[in-house]
Amino acid sequence: MAQHLADGSVIQFLVVVLCLALIAAYVHAALLSNRSYRKWPIYRTILWIFALLMIAFSVGGFGIAGRSHAFTDHMWIHLILGMAAPLLAVLAAPMTLLLRTLPVAAARKVSHFLKSPLPVFISHPVTAGILNTGGMFVLYRSGLYSLMDTAPLLNGLIHLHLFMAGYLFTAAILCIDPSPHRVSYLARAILLILSLAAHGILSKMIYAFPPDGITLADAQSAGKLMYYGGDLVDAFLIGLFCWKWYNAARPRQLLKEIGEK
Amino acid sequence: MPANSLNSIAYANKKNRVVFKARNFWSGLLFGVGLAAFIDEVGFHLLLQWHHFYDQSTLAVGLLSDGLFHAFGWFATISSLFLFADLRRRNAFWGKRWIGAMLFGLAAFQLYDGLVQHKLLRLHQIRYNVDIFPYDLVWNIAGASVLGIGAFLLLQTRKAVKKPKEEE
Repeated sequence: MAQHLADGSVIQFLVVVLCLALIAAYVHAALLSNRSYRKWPIYRTILWIFALLMIAFSVGGFGIAGRSHAFTDHMWIHLILGMAAPLLAVLAAPMTLLLRTLPVAAARKVSHFLKSPLPVFISHPVTAGILNTGGMFVLYRSGLYSLMDTAPLLNGLIHLHLFMAGYLFTAAILCIDPSPHRVSYLARAILLILSLAAHGILSKMIYAFPPDGITLADAQSAGKLMYYGGDLVDAFLIGLFCWKWYNAARPRQLLKEIGEK
Repeated sequence: MPANSLNSIAYANKKNRVVFKARNFWSGLLFGVGLAAFIDEVGFHLLLQWHHFYDQSTLAVGLLSDGLFHAFGWFATISSLFLFADLRRRNAFWGKRWIGAMLFGLAAFQLYDGLVQHKLLRLHQIRYNVDIFPYDLVWNIAGASVLGIGAFLLLQTRKAVKKPKEEE
């Protein structure tokens, strides 16, 4: 038992160190690339720091089994680690920063890799949506959630998947970083609605039919938190998606005069 | 001169709004659907508390339908306002068509809720522990009337689009 606890805290410690290292690397890259390119926007650096701090703080909730409202606490982690932190991290455009910081030859290799079949397949909005939403259904509907606290490594992997899938999906919808095979706005809008719907349906299923070993009261507050918290984060996601469309659809000339022709 | 330039803006709008008649329709329709979802959430769930987060009687298909429409309503509210801003920016906003589409969307959602979700899927009822028939009657007749008004306005603007072509 003591060994397990130690393993769990080792993983937590490593995650915090990794987060701090990624913040340092990002700031370093921004300062370095500022010498040869246009100034990297300060708001992106701030978003990156907040995203990584969110991840670092949420690891405090990795091993929370046995508390009275463990599932509701877990749902906060779900919202922060799986939805809010990915959104901020995507807005920080880390891949764009990486590509402009690396020497040209290395940057070419990275972008060549990103255009190869596997990354293109995984980052396609449909695949990313299935990984994201499908992963949640597996976690909460298959009994995996009850197993999660038995092994620290499994626990860490599930949380890693929660963040990565959330990041992949948010990135596929917003397309802030360069995306080789971009899907149309309409297709992305439909996928976003479907994923939102699946999230809402899953939270009501949790509310009505708790996972194994979760009390009804805990599942009900967790389900409501997931439903309304998800709506809040998704409102930002939808707003940003529409804002990107609004800028992309900007008329090239003022059409006030067009009718006079 | 100011009066003259105002006239030319109004004249340009008459041309632009015909070009963007589809966008006017979609912006209004999506806003109407979003408004209906919002009224349902605030009016019936929060204020009156006739509806609940989840009913034990809900079937799987009801959960699916409810989830899809909640997500669609959320997206519709936000996206329709961006479409509206786009129409304003292009001087292509068509008030009558937009309002017509808005009423059409609002009523279509209400009728879907009233006929399919309440009656067919039995997702939930308008109110509990009362004789439900008068509530259903008012709900659906109100929906059908507003749908009619919306359709009437949309048809009128469609005629307005066709007329200039006939004159040419």
